[in-house]
Amino acid sequence: MNGVVLAAEGGVAADFSAEPVLASVVKAVLIVVFLLTSVLFAIWFERKVVAKMQLRPGPNWHGPKGLLQSLADAMKLLLKEDVNVTRADRVVYLLAPMISVSASLLVFAVIPFGPSVRIPFTDFSTPAQLTDFPVAVLYILAAASIGVYGIVLGGWSSGSTYPLLGAVRSTAQVISYELAMGLSLVSVFIMAGSMSTSQIVSSQAQVWWFIPLAPAFVVYVISMVGETNRLPFDLPEAEGELVSGYMTEYSSMKFAWFFLAEYINMLNVSAVVTTLFLGGWRAPVPDGFLGDALNTGWLPIIWFLVKVWAVMFFFVWVRGTLLRLRYDQFMVFGWKVLIPVALGWVVVLGAVQWALTIAELPRSTFFYLAAGVVVLVLLPMLFWPEKKRRAEPAEPETLDAFADGYPVPPLPGQKLPASERFGKEVAGNDR
Amino acid sequence: MNPYLPILILMGIGAVLALGGVGASAIIGPKRYNRAKLDAYECGIEPTPHALGGGRLPIKYYLVAMTFIVFDIEVVFLYPWAVDFTTLATFGLVAMFAFLALITVPFVYEWRRGGFDWV
Repeated sequence: MNGVVLAAEGGVAADFSAEPVLASVVKAVLIVVFLLTSVLFAIWFERKVVAKMQLRPGPNWHGPKGLLQSLADAMKLLLKEDVNVTRADRVVYLLAPMISVSASLLVFAVIPFGPSVRIPFTDFSTPAQLTDFPVAVLYILAAASIGVYGIVLGGWSSGSTYPLLGAVRSTAQVISYELAMGLSLVSVFIMAGSMSTSQIVSSQAQVWWFIPLAPAFVVYVISMVGETNRLPFDLPEAEGELVSGYMTEYSSMKFAWFFLAEYINMLNVSAVVTTLFLGGWRAPVPDGFLGDALNTGWLPIIWFLVKVWAVMFFFVWVRGTLLRLRYDQFMVFGWKVLIPVALGWVVVLGAVQWALTIAELPRSTFFYLAAGVVVLVLLPMLFWPEKKRRAEPAEPETLDAFADGYPVPPLPGQKLPASERFGKEVAGNDR
Repeated sequence: MNPYLPILILMGIGAVLALGGVGASAIIGPKRYNRAKLDAYECGIEPTPHALGGGRLPIKYYLVAMTFIVFDIEVVFLYPWAVDFTTLATFGLVAMFAFLALITVPFVYEWRRGGFDWV
C-alpha cells in the first residue's frame, strides 16, 4: 500500500493555450493515419501470433512475412459489391457503420503519445497529444458509448434475425461491462485528483497506478475485453450461434467499417489502460534514472507504443488461449462479480485515502484500525450459519422405455434401466 | 485555442473518411442483381417474417437496460467526488458512502429477486 501514501500529489496538465489550428489539423490527420495503419498491422499481428500459438505459419505470402496481407484484404473489400438488403431500413442501415467507425476514431484525441516535443528544424514545441481538457476521460467514455449506437442500429436496421439478436446481446454486454469499467476508473481519479489524461500520466511519476490500484486494474482489464466484444467475450458475433452477429447483413466497405471499428476500439482501450494504469508515455525505469533523458523529447512515444502493443498482445494471447463463455455465465460474471468487486474497491480505497490524507491518522493507529475492520469483516464468516442442504431429490423411477410399443427418451426424474452389458467382463478388456 | 476545437476537426475527418469509404465502394464495386442475394441471411427457404418491427426480444434485455441506467448514474456521481476527493474531505466521503449504501439496497434486492440470473 505504499503507493497510497504517494498519492494525491497531482500532476501537470499539458498546455494547449498557444496551439495554432494548423497544428491541430496536422495532428488530427496523423492520428487517423496512425490508427488506420495500426489496424492493418494489428490484423496481421493477431493472425501471426495466433498462428504461432497453433503451430502454423499464418499469412506469409504477400509482402515480407505476409505484412501486406491485410492491405490486400482491405483493397478486396473496397472492390466488392455493395449489397443493400431489401428488408433493411435504408437510412439507418447506411448510417450505422459510419457511426461506428467515426466514434471509434474519436478516443485517440485525448490520448497523450508523449510529453511536449519539438518539431525538428524549427523552434516550435507542442504536446504530443491532439487536445486535453479537465474531463478528458469522461469524453473517452462518451465517445465509446456512441460506438454502441453503431452496433445497435446496424443490427436492428438489417431486418434480419441474426443481426437483431447480435445487436441486443451486444448492447446488454457492452453496457454491463461499461459499468465495471467506469467504476474501476474512479480509483484512478481519486489518486490522480483529475480526469485530464496528461495530468493522470504526470501523476504517475513515482509509481504506475496498476501497482497500488491492482484490483481496479484487474477489473478494467477484464471489462475492456468485454467492452470490445473480443474473445472470450465475443458473444455478439459468436459465429457458431449468430453467424456474424450484428454485421451479418453487411458487405463491402460497410462491413469493413465495422471491422475497422472493432480493431480501433481494441487500440483505444489499450491506449486508455496504458494512460491510466501503466504510466502512459513514462519510461519503464525508476523516476530520475539517467536524469530526464528517457522521459523527454520523442523517446516517450516509443514507450507508449511498446505498452500499447503489449496490451494488444495480451488481447491476442487471451484469444488464443481461452474459450468463449456461455452468455448467461458472462452476464452473471459481470453483474455479480465485477461490479460488486469494483464498488467494494472504491469504498476501501476511499476509506484508506481518507484515513491517510484527510484525517492524517498516525501509521500505527491506521494499521490497528485496518486490522480491526478486517477482523470485523471476517468474524461473522466464522459463525455464518451453514447453508441448509436441499432435500435430496427422490430416487428417480426406472422407466420402461418400451411400455407404449416404441422407445421414448426418459423425462427429468426418470432413468433408464441399466444396460444388460453394464459391469460385465468383456473379452479383451484388461480393466 | 478552445481545447474542444480539435475534437470537431477529428470528427470532421472521421465523417469524411466514413462517407468516402462507403461512397467509393458503391461506385467502384460491381452491381449484379440477384433476388436471393438481397434477401435476409437465414436458413430455410423463406426467412422469418419481419425481424424488424415484429421482432420480439427476451424481456431480460430491457431489465439490463433499466438497471444500467441506475448504476450509470451512480458512476457519474462518483466521478466528481473522486476528482475533488481531497477538497470535499470528510463531508464528501460521508455523503458518498451514504449514497453508495442507498444504491446497494436495490442492488441486493434485485440480486435476491433473481434480476441478474439470466436463465
